[in-house]
Amino acid sequence: MSAPIIKIDGISKSFGTFKVLDGLSMQVMPGEKLALIGPSGSGKTTILRILMTLERIDSGHIQVDGEQLYHMERNGRLLTADERHLAKMRQKIGMVFQLFNLFPHKCVIDNVTLAPMLTKAMPRAAAEKRAMELLDMVGMVDKAKAMPAQLSGGQKQRVAIARALALSPKIMLFDEVTSALDPELVDEVLNVMRKLAAETDMTMLLVTHEMGFAHDFADRVLFFDRGRIVEEGKPDEIFRHPKQERTQGFLKKIIAAGHRV
Amino acid sequence: MTQWSGYFGLILQGALVTIELTLMGSVLALIMAFLAGLGRLSRFFVLRALATAYIEFFRGTSIFVQLFWAYFVLPFAGISLTPLQAGVLALGLNVGAYAAEVVRGAIKSIGREQYEACTALNLGRWQAMRHIILPQALLVMLPTFGNNAIELLKATAVVSLISLADLTFQAQVVRSQTGNTLVPFSTILVIYFVLALLISWGVRSLERRMARGLDGVRV
Repeated sequence: MSAPIIKIDGISKSFGTFKVLDGLSMQVMPGEKLALIGPSGSGKTTILRILMTLERIDSGHIQVDGEQLYHMERNGRLLTADERHLAKMRQKIGMVFQLFNLFPHKCVIDNVTLAPMLTKAMPRAAAEKRAMELLDMVGMVDKAKAMPAQLSGGQKQRVAIARALALSPKIMLFDEVTSALDPELVDEVLNVMRKLAAETDMTMLLVTHEMGFAHDFADRVLFFDRGRIVEEGKPDEIFRHPKQERTQGFLKKIIAAGHRV
Repeated sequence: MTQWSGYFGLILQGALVTIELTLMGSVLALIMAFLAGLGRLSRFFVLRALATAYIEFFRGTSIFVQLFWAYFVLPFAGISLTPLQAGVLALGLNVGAYAAEVVRGAIKSIGREQYEACTALNLGRWQAMRHIILPQALLVMLPTFGNNAIELLKATAVVSLISLADLTFQAQVVRSQTGNTLVPFSTILVIYFVLALLISWGVRSLERRMARGLDGVRV
């Protein structure tokens, strides 16, 4: 059995007096597809944001791919990570946002080629060739020269996925990537993610309210409430036979709200 | 009958000086605006303090006094400037201080999600600023920059006080030689107004060009 690619060890995080994460520990194996579910404010999105270094932790340790994320070892001592260490660690991780966060002043292909050209000094020709492969995978080749404002939400999100993939991360974080989409556009994005899961061995962490998708997609489901993992297990166990009362209550509410399971 | 054609020649010469001052002053103001605007957003206290001191000083004192300092006081420190140099320096530094706040405000107006996308794509601070934030912020700055440029144009009139032969100076000359106030001052009124219109029009068309594609309608 190989070592976990993500090892979270007793992390806490507060926003003001509100404790979002409370001594949370979890591990993710390489290539694992993980779904994080739970009510809003339960801390699941915060975990993704912490892994992407968009939020700092108050205490605890995180290891990514065998190295400390927020600390660095110097002469046997553990120091707070500097910007260079964080930049090195960020190469391992990519993220797709709920609101796409495309660069509105750049056309689709420039959105995808920008980071590889700037952060990996990739020549334009190579970056564009790779970008076209990725845009082909997400079905957006014919929109390569379009501006983001001309795209539908689903198209924007597919471009955002290609943009994150262009840096070839080992770990991909998906933060409610279909929550801002019109219902009829959700499937085109989920299909891309299915394809991605089938064709690559990337580790994928997914925060979602699409319970049906989480059920089919994930190897393991974590149910969060109030900054802690209340229950975890195979999708069938969590969705069909939840043991904890809070999990049962949450799933009941979600189904009542019309989500598919 | 007064020889008006010769006097109009004088006023046209003055117009050229005013245009020259406005252009050179605007270039200096633009440079100062970005230096001080970015300086105010710097991580480093010293840069922030320097930028803030510059902005507050030049906004808080009169352009008139600044010009007299540049022309009459600096020579005591061994720096002698021509009237044109002193005019460009005072105008550029003065308007640059206002425009610096425009730069800062525009950069701050770019949403947090753009910065987060930059972090997620591992862009460095300067890379993010140069390729993502500034190009979008520039569009926010432009209309107010147009205002600043028009303010600068009108402020050029003070350089006539250090004997630089701009529009206002020449109008005074014509007035004293002909005893007529209405004609020369109506003429320069119109010329200032036309120059200001040109600036408005230039900035608006620049804005249109830069906004192309952002609204999803035009490409």
